[in-house]
Amino acid sequence: MNNQNPINQFLDRLSRKKGTASLISSLTAIGIGLVIGLIILLITNPEESIAGFFTMLSGGFNDGTRSFGNVFYIATPIIMTGLAVGFAFKTGLFNIGASGQFIVGAYVAVLIGVKLPVLGGFQWVVGIFAAMIAGAIWGAIPGLLKAFLNVHEVIASIMMNYIGMFMVNYLIKQTVLNVYTNRSLPVAVTANIPKMGLTTIFPGSSINGGLLIAILFVILMYIILEKTTFGYELKACGHNRFAAKYAGINETRSIVLSMAIAGMLAGVGGALFYLSGAGVYIEVVDVMAAQGFTGISVSLLGMSNPIGILFSGIFIAWLQIGGFYMQRYSFVPEFIQIITAIIIYCSAASLLIRNYMELKQLKKDEKLSNIAQSDTADIVNGKKEGGKN
Amino acid sequence: MDYIIEMLNIRKEFPGIVANDDITLQIRKTEIHALLGENGAGKSTLMSVLFGLYKPEAGSIKLRGKEVNISDPKTASRLGIGMVHQHFKLVEDFTVLENITLGAETVKNGFLKMDEARKKVMALSNRYKLYIDPDAKVSSITVGMQQRVEILKMLYRDNEILIFDEPTAVLTPQEIDELMGIMRELSKEGKSLIFITHKLEEIKKVADRVTVLRRGKGIGTYNVKDVTKEFLSEMMVGRKVQFTVDKKDIPPKEVIFEVKNLSMKTKGTTRNALNNISFKVRKNEIVCIAGIDGNGQSELVYALTGLKHFDEGHILVNGEDWTKKSIRYRNSHGMSHIPEDRHKYGLVLEYSMAYNLILQSYFMERFQKYSFLKKKNIYSYSDSLIGKFDIRSGQGSQTVTRSMSGGNQQKVILAREIDKNPSIMIAVQPARGLDVGATEFIHKQLVAQRDAGKGVLLISLELEEVMNLSDRILVIYEGELVGELDPKKVTIQELGLYMAGAKRDEVKA
Repeated sequence: MNNQNPINQFLDRLSRKKGTASLISSLTAIGIGLVIGLIILLITNPEESIAGFFTMLSGGFNDGTRSFGNVFYIATPIIMTGLAVGFAFKTGLFNIGASGQFIVGAYVAVLIGVKLPVLGGFQWVVGIFAAMIAGAIWGAIPGLLKAFLNVHEVIASIMMNYIGMFMVNYLIKQTVLNVYTNRSLPVAVTANIPKMGLTTIFPGSSINGGLLIAILFVILMYIILEKTTFGYELKACGHNRFAAKYAGINETRSIVLSMAIAGMLAGVGGALFYLSGAGVYIEVVDVMAAQGFTGISVSLLGMSNPIGILFSGIFIAWLQIGGFYMQRYSFVPEFIQIITAIIIYCSAASLLIRNYMELKQLKKDEKLSNIAQSDTADIVNGKKEGGKN
Repeated sequence: MDYIIEMLNIRKEFPGIVANDDITLQIRKTEIHALLGENGAGKSTLMSVLFGLYKPEAGSIKLRGKEVNISDPKTASRLGIGMVHQHFKLVEDFTVLENITLGAETVKNGFLKMDEARKKVMALSNRYKLYIDPDAKVSSITVGMQQRVEILKMLYRDNEILIFDEPTAVLTPQEIDELMGIMRELSKEGKSLIFITHKLEEIKKVADRVTVLRRGKGIGTYNVKDVTKEFLSEMMVGRKVQFTVDKKDIPPKEVIFEVKNLSMKTKGTTRNALNNISFKVRKNEIVCIAGIDGNGQSELVYALTGLKHFDEGHILVNGEDWTKKSIRYRNSHGMSHIPEDRHKYGLVLEYSMAYNLILQSYFMERFQKYSFLKKKNIYSYSDSLIGKFDIRSGQGSQTVTRSMSGGNQQKVILAREIDKNPSIMIAVQPARGLDVGATEFIHKQLVAQRDAGKGVLLISLELEEVMNLSDRILVIYEGELVGELDPKKVTIQELGLYMAGAKRDEVKA
């Protein structure tokens, strides 16, 4: 009970915040992940390892404003897929289907971007809205299967990934194929998301207004989850579906809506990436969209918290840019995937650290209340001993 | 007098708490020694130390006067210490005989020699009057027989010191009497028994001496003959306790809740989980449904509260047909439900106390506007309930419910359900797992509800609770109501006969 001075009091209050524990455990995971990454670099290529490692860490600093802006450009879609996974997870569902939802949203956005230049300045807006709907439908299907037929959402959403990928490949060939490059046709200029002044801050980069849209969704999801009755219901279902039922919350509705919203977020991610005006096209290949799976990492590292996801998305994008510049040395950019994987493992382990911290806090509180109790007992018994703290 | 086993000045600490603080427990040869204390008094910790599950920070254990080091449960077993756990540790798909010999099989050249084991088991069974069917599967025998199997397990291993951990919790009154007889027989035959309990009746009936624990400290050891029940309870709780709740005589008024011919089928079988159940609850009345666990109580509660659909019958509240009403409608139109499993149904443990207090009312106007939660109102509401119901926690309304004690978690539910101002309150095992103090509080609140003109339907397995609180007792057996009894006239013995299915009347609603 020597927490009398204000700094200790402040630290005590800070350590009680759930967010602090999450932040510390995420940072620990990152730290451990980086150290192990360095060790792997040392083993594979000792001469260049240190230089390579610092290039990776420098991320967005490698090439001035260009690389810095590109961090945000890379971050934009994975923040959205991260939200898609994290939002579902907060409501007790594991959405592995972000990849399929992403690509379905991307296709619909590209389709509108190519075919409907008549919309003029609204073309990109319509594209994003259409992607929202497509992603929501793609997410709702596993939700419906879970709610009404008790099919596990992990199985269903994995299957929807394949269906989404092959269906989009087929549809591109039917509608918007560039036969020379075997990928989608370029979208109209008006379909590209405006730069919203961001390129003046980061000249030479592919950054665009999509980042601001992603941040908007981050804030929106945070508000829904933390401030509204809707979020209260969804989270109650996620934590304890029996108690939710007992409280009269419509559980099936919550599951379907939650998955639909998750799908919508990933769908928007697809639109933001392919309408970025950075010269990316949907390739007709039998490979699933990587952003969907990176979203799982982003969400895990961000502890499924929208604000956390924003930062973890930027962080992973930062590493990816760093990995790109590691090619200056004899490293492949795929190395970043190893580092990310290690960090994710560590962040799973860091849940243990967080639980430990919470437990310690609990014990401390218990002890204090025990002491408090025995103090009152002493006072009652008239044998109060002063200055015992 | 010789002590067979002594635990001297045992101290066991966990981070932040001292679970056992300088406790001494000395067991005489062939006595029945009761260990009395509330939940969390340190009984289980002390027994775990004796069993070698925990290593004490200080103190020693002596067996027949010689100091021993019990480092793990195997050593304890080798030294002749055996235990019947509160939740039996039996393999459901094995026969009685296989369960008894499990881990101590008689083997020859790597092959089982069950004949020898059978002989020994049957000899023990006859000698101690522990009747069993050695070839029946454990899943098909009664709870009472399962307990006898557990006792035989200890005897088969030639244990001398037998620990019974809350053995009566799962038994009917008749089975309890039988167990007491067995315990006396065992002590006559030279075994020493430790009897862990918080039921004073049983101590008075069977034990020779008693050691009382309170908050990790040994309060004292007494000869049972020399002390009264009241004295023991005071030692256990640390203050005077009221055993019976003061209940004014209030004649019940009009019917508030009515169940008509309710039946529920069990999937895949022809037997009904609930069969043609009818009863009424009136204003100013506590109606109690008594019965042994698993006779349809849970199904009945699920049916009444809307958690499960039922096949036939009607539910009426204040004359209105509620058979098809949603859970939310029931919640918000005068039905309160204190669920049996507070962690599964009653609380979202990850939510704060304030959020749990609004679990059924978050959508009401005072807690939300345009579907945004009004946190200020939520927290001030929560603070007011904390004051009213004396809910204790580390951080007030903000406390994560998981970190609260069981008694205070139950108070959160109670506060929420009472503050709804219901017409009918359905309370299922409301004092389950709570200590004497918390139980007393909960009982008082239920009686207060009755006095305030509500109908209370209490579903309980605890006979004391049934006899103390109810104005009318309905006995449920295998999904049917088999008796309607007046607690002032019926004896516990008679009630037990109804609960065991040995006696039944026609119950008219």
